[in-house]
Amino acid sequence: MNGTVKNFINKIGLPRLIISALFIAVCIMAVVLKQDFGLLTSDVIRRFGMFGILALAMIPSIQCGTGPNFALPIGVICGLLGALISIEFGLTSPALGSGFISAILISLPFAVVSGLVYGMLLNKIKGSEMLVATYTGFSIVSFMQIGWVTLPFKHPEMVWPIGKGLRVTVALDSSYGGVLNNFMAFNIGGTKIPTGLLLFFFGSCFIVWLFSRSKAGIALRAAGDNPRFATASGIDVDKNRIIGTVLSTVIGAIGIIVYSQSYGFLSLYLDPLYMAFPAVAAVLIGGASTRKAKISHAIIGVFLFQGILVVALPVANQMFPEGNLSEVLRMIVQNGIILYALTKVGGGA
Amino acid sequence: MAEVNKVVVNKTNKSDTKNAIKRFLVDSSVPILFVIVCLLGVYFSKLPMLFIVDTLLSRITRNSFLVLALIIPVIAGLGLNFGIVIGAMAGQFAIIAVKHWGIGGFPGFMVCIAVSTPLAILFGILTAKLLNKTKGQEMISSMIAGFFATGIYQFVLLFLVGTLIPMKDEVLVLTRGIGVTNTIDLSKGGNLTYSLDNLMKLPLFQVLAAVSAFALIIILIDYYLKRKDSREYSYFKLAWRVLLCIGIFAVSWYVVSSKLPVRIVKLPIATTLVILALCFFNSLILRTKLGQDFRTVGQDLHIAKISGINVDKTREIAVVISTLLAAWGQIIFLQNIGTLSTYGSHVQVATFAIAAILLGGASVTKATNGQAILGIILFHTLFIVSPKAGNNLFGEAQIGEFFRAFVAYGVIGVALGLHAWKKTVQTMKKKTGPSAGE
Repeated sequence: MNGTVKNFINKIGLPRLIISALFIAVCIMAVVLKQDFGLLTSDVIRRFGMFGILALAMIPSIQCGTGPNFALPIGVICGLLGALISIEFGLTSPALGSGFISAILISLPFAVVSGLVYGMLLNKIKGSEMLVATYTGFSIVSFMQIGWVTLPFKHPEMVWPIGKGLRVTVALDSSYGGVLNNFMAFNIGGTKIPTGLLLFFFGSCFIVWLFSRSKAGIALRAAGDNPRFATASGIDVDKNRIIGTVLSTVIGAIGIIVYSQSYGFLSLYLDPLYMAFPAVAAVLIGGASTRKAKISHAIIGVFLFQGILVVALPVANQMFPEGNLSEVLRMIVQNGIILYALTKVGGGA
Repeated sequence: MAEVNKVVVNKTNKSDTKNAIKRFLVDSSVPILFVIVCLLGVYFSKLPMLFIVDTLLSRITRNSFLVLALIIPVIAGLGLNFGIVIGAMAGQFAIIAVKHWGIGGFPGFMVCIAVSTPLAILFGILTAKLLNKTKGQEMISSMIAGFFATGIYQFVLLFLVGTLIPMKDEVLVLTRGIGVTNTIDLSKGGNLTYSLDNLMKLPLFQVLAAVSAFALIIILIDYYLKRKDSREYSYFKLAWRVLLCIGIFAVSWYVVSSKLPVRIVKLPIATTLVILALCFFNSLILRTKLGQDFRTVGQDLHIAKISGINVDKTREIAVVISTLLAAWGQIIFLQNIGTLSTYGSHVQVATFAIAAILLGGASVTKATNGQAILGIILFHTLFIVSPKAGNNLFGEAQIGEFFRAFVAYGVIGVALGLHAWKKTVQTMKKKTGPSAGE
């Protein structure tokens, strides 16, 4: 009996179990406190699609052996650049998805190049990827703060009316704000289903899944699973790690564009600084470790993590009308889960 | 290995001075670069000297203790301890308690220290337990632990104070009776502001002149005693020390005898003495058995274990010391600032302290008191002058502010990257070494 329980826990993973229990508890509380379930469900689904692709970006980087991509801000910056440039040049006709498609297309070359460079860097520092990644991300974000002020953007909706530089948040109302969320959206019993957003997210998952089934994808996973074995069977480990990093950066760039269209704003300056942590926490909650990850982990993890945050918000507000209990809960869950994963990395890596 | 090195050093004794200069330049390329950046910044900011020296002095005295708290974990091989954030939280808990009790002045300060000590030791032990479970990933773990602890800290102060922890205080607790206010003015009701700084203040340049003259005499006596044992004594080091003393003495003498406004700048003696005591402690502990254990553990976990050192315990002590020092450091920091931002004061403590010590030329595996102090001077000079310099150069103060944020993060990133790169090269050598012999 004891053995089966242990087996069950091992199979699902302790963090996933705890978080699921927490999620159910929060949901029960929401029922007890008579929250509007239609509204909550729409919110959960919207945030699920919004953060989904950012979490998906973790999958190739974990699979290729570089660990969770704490340098996600690099991809984010590329995505933001793409979005800004597409608005600057007015590439926001409906044919281009009001700028959504052009933003992705423009961000791609940036993401590929920076992913390549960053991948080469990661090959030089095997074993300490996570820490260096975090600070590479921080450095890039703080460097781009200077960029946002000095880059020659002119579009009146993006720059400050007085003074230099881009605004802290750039509204997307006149371009592609909500373009996916509203695409074929419909209501079921008070719950809004953002069809376009979900389709795009699951479509991206499917493409990543297809890739992982391809020959290149299998090589990538082999390089991550067991580098020595992979080298012995003639796989270029370093090259595959670069491919994984590039993929992760590209997905991160697309992820922020999807995120922004749902949020309605591009947030510049310091906002991308901590972007990686919720995404990393999400895949870990979904059952991934720093060495192994599947697409299902990203999907389950984002759903659980965002689900808890969304449902806990009104519940927490009812219990403590002032103060931001939900935000505190996010910090504890998010960083607790990353810490738990770190204790499982194994010493002397 | 060590034997071999010694022989090599003896052989090349003649070109020792030349080598020493070369090594000095390579080792301190980061500080040299930033000395130049800082001087340029000072020049372009066009700020009055009085303002720079005065602000810099108060920043150095308030921040040094925190930065010096980083040294022991580095020696014990734990890398840069991002967990000093957790120590800072212990200090802030203590300050809130003391404000609640309304004790002011120097007694208030001492009560803060007393209250924070058990808290910091407890937090330190918990952090150490975690870091012992994540060997090889200590730095990222301590960083995430800092974020995690920030969550717990907020939970305690926002939701437990007034509910589980009974605390009735019209000033400190929010109007709904639960949660601590955002900012706490330390000078109201039991004044803690400058409770250490104002114990005794003397004119900076007179103190500097006296100290540098005294140091010069000591150095010369030291040289006279050791002059025959040339192997132990590097002339380069001697010249450097003598020049430094004479330089400081000359400048201070010039300032004291002139009528420059800078000469009135005053040095908080008590704070300075506390900082010097910590420097002394840091170098003294290395000469004890414990200090040797720190070094051995820092060099190689495996060898340390074989030679009978309780590795986990040693690492635990290092982390506890660092956390405790950070708690005290945060109290010293805040008594100078005068306001506690309840949910914000601790957040950047580790980033800034680590950036500072790295600017001074420290690395993940090596850090000294001198590097810490030099780093603080450079880092804070950059902080003071960069907005104004940015404004004068680019017509935008923001650029200077962003530049200093970039330097803080960038220097940490580069240092960590270089360290990791060296580590990979070493493991590659280790791996290929024996297999080539087989």
